[in-house]
Amino acid sequence: MANFWIDWLAPFLIIVAQILAVALPVAVSVAFVVYFERKVFAAMTLRRGPNVVGPWGVLQSFADFIKIFFKETIIPTGANKVVFLAAPVVTFILAFIAWAVVPFAPGWVIADINVGILYLFAVSSLGVYGIVMAGWASNSRYPFLGALRSAAQMVSYEVSMGFVIVTVLLVVGSLNLSDIVKAQETFWFALPLFPMFIIFFISALAETNRHPFDLPEAESELVAGYQVEYSAIAFVLFFLAEYANMILMSAMTAILFLGGWLPPFDIAPFTWVPGPIWFILKIVFLLFVFVWVRATFPRYRYDQLMRLGWKVFLPFSLLWVVLTAGVLVFFDLLPQG
Amino acid sequence: MILSAIAFYVFAAIIIASAVLVVSARNPVHSVFFLILAFFNAAGIFVLAGAEFLAMILVIVYVGAVAVLFMFVVMMLDINFVRLREGFLQYLPVGALVGIILLIELVFIVTTQVNVPEVLAISGAPTPNISEVTNTHALGRLIYTRYIYLFQAGGLILLVAMIGAIVLTLRERPGVRKQRISDQVGRSRSDSIEIKKVSPGNGI
Amino acid sequence: MDDLLREYLPIMIFIGLVVVLGVVFIAASFFAVEQHPDAEKLSTYECGFEPFEDTRSRFDVRFYLVALLFIIFDLEVAFLFPWAVTLGDTGVFGFWSMFIFLGVLTVGFVYEWKKGALEWE
Repeated sequence: MANFWIDWLAPFLIIVAQILAVALPVAVSVAFVVYFERKVFAAMTLRRGPNVVGPWGVLQSFADFIKIFFKETIIPTGANKVVFLAAPVVTFILAFIAWAVVPFAPGWVIADINVGILYLFAVSSLGVYGIVMAGWASNSRYPFLGALRSAAQMVSYEVSMGFVIVTVLLVVGSLNLSDIVKAQETFWFALPLFPMFIIFFISALAETNRHPFDLPEAESELVAGYQVEYSAIAFVLFFLAEYANMILMSAMTAILFLGGWLPPFDIAPFTWVPGPIWFILKIVFLLFVFVWVRATFPRYRYDQLMRLGWKVFLPFSLLWVVLTAGVLVFFDLLPQG
Repeated sequence: MILSAIAFYVFAAIIIASAVLVVSARNPVHSVFFLILAFFNAAGIFVLAGAEFLAMILVIVYVGAVAVLFMFVVMMLDINFVRLREGFLQYLPVGALVGIILLIELVFIVTTQVNVPEVLAISGAPTPNISEVTNTHALGRLIYTRYIYLFQAGGLILLVAMIGAIVLTLRERPGVRKQRISDQVGRSRSDSIEIKKVSPGNGI
Repeated sequence: MDDLLREYLPIMIFIGLVVVLGVVFIAASFFAVEQHPDAEKLSTYECGFEPFEDTRSRFDVRFYLVALLFIIFDLEVAFLFPWAVTLGDTGVFGFWSMFIFLGVLTVGFVYEWKKGALEWE
């Protein structure tokens, strides 16, 4: 019997502890990201932002959470009840399970699988489901249109995102996320692959339905898109997932292009700061850019959005894949697998 | 090892159960969900077999792309579910015929299996150990060199699919006005306004 | 082999844990909060009007076209992944092999561009 405890239960509990150690900070940081966004956005538009709950309004998001949690869950009469409630749960699940493969420092990762980047790509490609399910199950005009737009938009930008990932893989020669970070020890990929970095970040904006690509929830025409019929906890789950996805996309950008946990220069003052802190700093910087973009750019029109995705990003990133491969092959710079 | 055996049977049982539900579910949308569930569990079985690359590609391509299209079709087409059911029995003979033919073929294949020495030599060839070469590398070393003709044929099939999709679904709609950015940028002052001298009290 | 599965076990546990968490959240709100549904509250949101017709109407065929083209390009990307990681082994031959493959698909891409399949208005 003792064997059972040592062989099965102990490793199981360790894994659960690891998962909680990643998932809980992500969930809590969502509250602070919301606060951060509201504060930064307020500062950029010369307002004060939340400043009542807690010191400087830090606890505002928690107050909002408690308020919304104790609201009534409304399921519209025409809705398909099971799918209607499943949609936010699916979105929530997808926003969190991706964190299983994100490396925070050498060896600090829950599951160091060989195909980590494919896992991330797969999880982000499933994000469409929550939205389409929500739009369809609500059985209402605005959610339906919002979901349609959103699905087509996410799908369009995913292609160029795939090509961008391929260019990074060409340089690394491995699908493992830790290997991708380690390959950036001499220089970050944001330098040689700068255009790809920009395309990836913009595609990330489109994937997370953020400004200036927030067509699915364009409040001036679609009220709130696929979320119109949602209230209370179901809405919280969507909201949580949206911000968790933002953090995830920032983390992905940091891993692929900004060297993950690596310091910018491998010399004394920079190496004193531990790796995870660098990683978090990079994520915060990218989140700041998310907010900055929101405060700066007007929303795209739908035909412009599709044109950008299919006619600009797709051919350009494909061309860049061929160029990168060509340079690497003919100058014999490829990593030997 | 026992854990992977348990996992295999769980995955296999869920696949079979959800495959049955795909066919028997009343609402086509639910059918698609069960299909997706089956895909996920198939990915799980791929992982158990050590084919992690295939597992991820299965999720990316089938769940992330193909099933999205299925969802689009069943969710957004205004299908009358009751009427769909009415015609069910009408197609039963055809469906049964196809099913029986497939079954007979399967029986033939299983019973008349001949072990050709060349094939045995290939299938018995040592596959690289997973701990040395990852699944992705092993695939990549073969597809683009040894199986180049099949690979190019795959490219041609994709080309045909692309053209077919456009031919089947693209409809020209008359009377729509598109934004022409080059025209907008190329507009000059002389095209758009005309300055006229107006003497007071006379009008134009 | 076992190492491989050991890496995937945490993912399975992670998925299981988050699924349970999500369902518990939804269920908790039903238990914790009093529900007072009424017909007006549960009606579809439509700016105060009654909806004129069923929502799940047919929609623009373009959305299907986008989904179809996405599948094709997704497959193309799927072919690129193993190529990208093994280009060091397959070298120049692998490069030209993929070059032809992409060339064929570029023909298709040019075709759809010229046909106006990528136009939205």
